[in-house]
Amino acid sequence: MRDVAIIGVGMKKFGELWEQSFRDLFVGAALEAIKDAGVDHIDSMYVGCMSSGLFVGQEHVGPLMADYLGMAPVPATRVESACASGGVAVRQGFIEVASGMSDLVLVGGVEKMTDVGGDEATYALATASDQEWEAFNGVTFPGLYAMMATAHMHKYGTTCEQLAAVAAKNHENGSRNPLAQFPMKITIADVLDSVMVADPLHILDCSPITDGAAAIILCPADLAKKLGKKAPVKIIGSGHATDTIAFHQRADLTALPAVSKSASIAYKMSGKTPKDIQLCEVHDCFTIAEIMVTEELGFVEKGKGGAAAEAGVTALGGKMPINTSGGLKSKGHPVGATGVAQMVEVTRQLRGESGERQVKGARVGMTQNMGGTGASSVVHIMEVM
Amino acid sequence: MPSARAWREYPRRYRYEAAVCKKCGKWFFPARLICDACKSTEFETKAMRRTGTILTHTVIRVPAPAFADQAPIAMAVVAMDDGPRLTAQVVDYQAAQLAIGQKVKLEFRKISDEGAAGVINYGYKVVPV
Repeated sequence: MRDVAIIGVGMKKFGELWEQSFRDLFVGAALEAIKDAGVDHIDSMYVGCMSSGLFVGQEHVGPLMADYLGMAPVPATRVESACASGGVAVRQGFIEVASGMSDLVLVGGVEKMTDVGGDEATYALATASDQEWEAFNGVTFPGLYAMMATAHMHKYGTTCEQLAAVAAKNHENGSRNPLAQFPMKITIADVLDSVMVADPLHILDCSPITDGAAAIILCPADLAKKLGKKAPVKIIGSGHATDTIAFHQRADLTALPAVSKSASIAYKMSGKTPKDIQLCEVHDCFTIAEIMVTEELGFVEKGKGGAAAEAGVTALGGKMPINTSGGLKSKGHPVGATGVAQMVEVTRQLRGESGERQVKGARVGMTQNMGGTGASSVVHIMEVM
Repeated sequence: MPSARAWREYPRRYRYEAAVCKKCGKWFFPARLICDACKSTEFETKAMRRTGTILTHTVIRVPAPAFADQAPIAMAVVAMDDGPRLTAQVVDYQAAQLAIGQKVKLEFRKISDEGAAGVINYGYKVVPV
């Protein structure tokens, strides 16, 4: 297996981007990544996208994007794993370069979510749950994560204030990210005063509906050196795992076994432990998700995720900065793009390009991207070469 | 929902039929073709007892479109006394009964109505006992 490096990243501002089409979102980010890498061609490409069929009535996304990127006839593959589509696409690109099949691989993620109304978006997102045995009976995605929160509060004493502290922290980080959809700062009181979506989750505990895309360029580490790229970043660990599609089938409703499994695979491959990680982008689709994921990744003890957020452990300048980009909460969550956008953030942090939100001296970073209620999870660990 | 898709699940939604592994005895709801515990493919069909316990819960205030006329709706994950778990709406309850540990039973109810061009979906909801 060859070592794999990231030599280019691209991402435009996330938001409600009415003037940009599905394909233009993707191509905009991809062109930026190609320019950043300074390459004149790619050998292959992957597109992470969850539900373009329901959001814009478009399937056959691989060739569409290769065509509009001016790269046809390169092979182009669309990857779907609900909200983990982007992260799983990154892993497919990583495998293709590591295997020796291709040298220059573009991995992009994209979702165009605001061409439909709220009801249709809720329906599309619910397809990441068990359609026949969860959604059929009336549960929504906020409802499923709300039930995780209820269980976590009951078992560990996690509070609404601790959930709100996650949102406030991520908006604080997002206020320093010019590409964030909602860069305004919010307080714990703002979260607690906001409308209840599914008890105990308020609207400000939830990530938003977003249009956006992100892209990276992968190549063998040897080639990255030969091309003389500025500060190439190596992917030193990649882990991917699955779990029951229905939340109710989990033996422990306060655990996310696919997250811990995907992390342990990535830790083992990289030879790193949680103590070596200097920053991490995690899948905070809801505030309770960030709390549970920080526990599963081994950054805090089980049941202490809420207290850690409240105490500032996971803030910028804290012991373990989580979601320096603002996370899904403030940066926005175009579902298929999220896993790739996380890679863009960590790469820029490791290059020292993150301005006001830079983690000083960061050399090792991590991403964790999750589908559904944790039925899929993918983790990547990166290090400065 | 196409009528065939609704019809094929009637044994589960109307009669709570589960599959019980003939080799290791594990219950599955809904039925599966292979046991995830012992990998056997031999099952016996048995109806679940209707009783169970709430493991976690929420009240959904922003519902899916098909449930707009029922909102807010209480939902729970329920551990059935025979072992399987399911997600169901909680109905006919007092506030204090929407709680972890509350005993419930399955009842046959209308779930959603797809309007003039669709089917009326029936299935199970749970009520406190």
